[in-house]
Amino acid sequence: MTRTVIVGAGPAGIRAAQTLVEHGLRPVLLDEAARAGGQIYRRPPANFERPAEALYGTEAGRAKAVHAAIDGIADRIDYRPGSLVWNAQAGSLDVLDTATSTSRAVPYDRLIVATGATDRVLPVPGWTLPGTYSLGGSQVALKFQGCTIGRQVVFMGSGPLLYLVAYQYAKAGAQVVAVLDTATLADQAAASPRLLTKPATLAKGLYYLGWLRTHGVALHRGVRPVRVLGSDRVTGVVFHDGQSERTLSCDAVGFGHALRSETQLADLLGCRFAFSPVQRAHLPERDAAGRSSVEGVYLAGDGAGIQGADAAEWAGERAALALLQDEGMTVDPGRVSLLENRLSRIGVFRRGLERAFPFPEDWAAQAPDELVVCRCENITAGELRATVRDTGADEMNRLKALSRIGMGRCQGRMCGVAAAELLAHAAGVPIAQVGRLRGQAPIKPIPLGLSAGPEAAA
Amino acid sequence: MKRRIETDVAIVGGGIVGASAALALRRKGVRVVLLERDLCGSRSSGVNYGGVRRQGRALVQLPLSLRAHGIWARLPELIGIDGEYIRSGHFKIARSEADMASLERYRDASRDFDLGIELLSGERLKALCPWLGGKAVGGSLCPEDGQANPRLVSPAFARAAQRAGAEIFERSPVDSVSHDGSGFTLQSGDRLEVHSAQLINCAGAWAGALATQFGEPVPMTSGHPAMAVTSPMPHFMDWSLGVEGGGVYGRQVARGNLVLGGGRGLALDADRARSSRDAIAALTTQAIALLPGLRHAQIIRTWSGTEGYLPDRQPVLGASRTTPGLLHGFGFAGAGFQVGPAAGEVLAELAHEGASSTPIEAFSIGRFSAASPVSSSSKD
Ligand SMILES: Cc1cc2nc3c(=O)[nH]c(=O)nc-3n(C[C@H](O)[C@H](O)[C@H](O)COP(=O)(O)OP(=O)(O)OC[C@H]3O[C@@H](n4cnc5c(N)ncnc54)[C@H](O)[C@@H]3O)c2cc1C
Ligand SMILES: Cc1cc2nc3c(=O)[nH]c(=O)nc-3n(C[C@H](O)[C@H](O)[C@H](O)COP(=O)(O)OP(=O)(O)OC[C@H]3O[C@@H](n4cnc5c(N)ncnc54)[C@H](O)[C@@H]3O)c2cc1C
Repeated sequence: MTRTVIVGAGPAGIRAAQTLVEHGLRPVLLDEAARAGGQIYRRPPANFERPAEALYGTEAGRAKAVHAAIDGIADRIDYRPGSLVWNAQAGSLDVLDTATSTSRAVPYDRLIVATGATDRVLPVPGWTLPGTYSLGGSQVALKFQGCTIGRQVVFMGSGPLLYLVAYQYAKAGAQVVAVLDTATLADQAAASPRLLTKPATLAKGLYYLGWLRTHGVALHRGVRPVRVLGSDRVTGVVFHDGQSERTLSCDAVGFGHALRSETQLADLLGCRFAFSPVQRAHLPERDAAGRSSVEGVYLAGDGAGIQGADAAEWAGERAALALLQDEGMTVDPGRVSLLENRLSRIGVFRRGLERAFPFPEDWAAQAPDELVVCRCENITAGELRATVRDTGADEMNRLKALSRIGMGRCQGRMCGVAAAELLAHAAGVPIAQVGRLRGQAPIKPIPLGLSAGPEAAA
Repeated sequence: MKRRIETDVAIVGGGIVGASAALALRRKGVRVVLLERDLCGSRSSGVNYGGVRRQGRALVQLPLSLRAHGIWARLPELIGIDGEYIRSGHFKIARSEADMASLERYRDASRDFDLGIELLSGERLKALCPWLGGKAVGGSLCPEDGQANPRLVSPAFARAAQRAGAEIFERSPVDSVSHDGSGFTLQSGDRLEVHSAQLINCAGAWAGALATQFGEPVPMTSGHPAMAVTSPMPHFMDWSLGVEGGGVYGRQVARGNLVLGGGRGLALDADRARSSRDAIAALTTQAIALLPGLRHAQIIRTWSGTEGYLPDRQPVLGASRTTPGLLHGFGFAGAGFQVGPAAGEVLAELAHEGASSTPIEAFSIGRFSAASPVSSSSKD
């Protein structure tokens, strides 16, 4: 029998699992997290449940549906939470059981990679001060632990999450001092035709905005974050509003510029990558159904390119159907074309979002030399520029070798985006040309003292 | 448009050997062009463990290795950076009396080469290194051996050669080589054509094709030493550690990370390799046995590389036996980082003076052909 494995129990992985189950398969579903739901529908610990409405707001209905989907198939899949896939070798994954620190090999014939995303971080001076969080991290604190990152919070950066998290914080009783968006009003206006392709989503975004405004939260557009203030922890932020520098007091900062895909597993599996100008990133290639360039490996959800939670559900289902088709099974052709239609339409909306919240392309030019880019290795923008200048490095892996950027615990998952921007700018080459850090196992640090478990039967 | 260049010596491969040869040739005033298909020092030379040791090398390699030792001492002056090279000492652990006896034999056999090897008893070791696991019954210290950062050192050799006037072309694979009886023509795509009187084959694990083309096939295989590095830990160890009989080896870098090696990785294709699951598992177990303090450390990265091995684990270094003007320097069997700079100098001597002051007979390519077709112009 074909061994089918799914990595990632977010919306994409859950819908994929459900689809496989409906067609008579019993997949293995691996997820590093303790509970299924992924990033957006993250569930708090079981002894800490709160109502979905409080946790997920307007997404409560979808969250409940996705949780119901996984709960409904629980006895028909082999679901393994707390399972970090840290390495892949043809036909088999290395999986660390985080509770017992045992690693075992999980073999597969077909694999759906639904590893999701993390924040895309463009550092500002002071971002390493305690009290500074990524936007997603701020949200995780709220959803998972039920606490806020501070009492008086500034959110800055750009992307849809900026307003959403600000709204969620304000609703949860935190004082949101301000929302500082690097995008301009003109950006958002220019994007509206494309955003109108998903009117309900656009309406939600506008609702958060309106709500924040009527509740007296200061909104500044077209800003440039200058620095986070403080010596032991955050005491304020400085930003440039287009005319002059302004200072705000606060005790916490949430910041970020949309999301980046978690692609290392696809990389270790040997998937071919290509540069996506819209996402400003190298992404594993997939066809409309989610097939990667490697036979038997399918890609779904934000891990293969940021498309959002709804698209993740569709892509998960579509990839599962592709897998079933490739197994010679018959699937509903109407469903297939419905999903593919939805997925192709989401592309237009995506481009709209990128237009509304454009990547601040001048970030690298403005990053001061003393800015710490890599927290693990404490490497500054100035050191990266000097490396480029002194050695002629014009490619990410070379920059890594010569500067140690991406050599720490995160392996560039956090600092990689910023380093690529600085490299492209300093070397005077287009961002597409600087390449990407090659994936290296382990995907996340693993204990040296791990013990090897028996090979798991799948 | 295709660029055509005339030069004295063309070099294929920008690893530590090719780049050192280029630098040494420039120091002799010889015109040199080096072609590297990727980036200089991006292969074995840039991804190795960083052990800079003489101890444990076959005796035939010691003259070359001692020559290299002298070059390493002058590193900053030669390549402009210190490359994190330190003479931290290389300590080889014996885990049994038999291993201890074998270390003693090596010390005696290598006495003429003045490695300064000192044997340490189990008791002294326990007193000196409380962090060592219980298995060590003693060991052998070579105080002036050490370690360096290959990521920095190897590309810096290429940059130094370039500063000294070598023409270096990166991302320029040599697709074809021809020889018209007097000189060589190298092609790299439709961009570059190089004409030279002499050619040095420093293509690492991929050097076999060129040797074969000139009628000198070698039984070279590829090997992939498995590597891993931990997150930084408080500093506890100066030595670079090895184990008699093989197995795991490790060193702690200035940042506190432990670089570990041991076992074989797996090839992804002809060019790429990574640490295999089995190697990582074996390496972690052995590393903890050797250094129990690592039990609580974390591995943050693993990798491997592709290196050429000949059956006797000695390199091919010297003149071609079939083709005048052709020199080989490859097949360093997982231990060419330390000797690389000397191999480069030897190749430069062979190209410029026609002979080397360092004995290299043991590395002749002729050792693989039953009936060696010795050409009259052979220089070694
Ligand atoms: C922090 C954060 C907050 C977000 N909040 C919102 C929001 O409020 N509203 C919104 O619309 N969108 C939000 N998004 C975006 C949204 O999460 C995604 O669009 C959606 O979750 C994508 O679904 P997915 O199934 O592709 O991935 P995810 O939901 O990200 O799920 C991926 C899963 O894979 C697991 N995983 C990844 N790598 C491994 C591995 N190597 N081994 C084992 N398991 C692994 C992860 O633990 C995770 O559970 C957020 C994203 C992030 C990163
Ligand atoms: C993981 C690992 C650990 C090691 N640890 C140690 C150690 O601790 N100590 C030690 O002394 N040694 C060690 N070694 C061995 C050492 O790294 C090598 O022996 C040494 O680097 C070989 O240098 P090289 O210049 O011959 O080869 P390489 O560095 O492989 O250089 C050859 C170059 O030729 C290029 N090339 C190939 N074909 C072409 C072509 N057609 N056109 C243009 N360019 C071409 C390649 O791209 C490559 O850059 C280790 C090796 C590995 C892989």
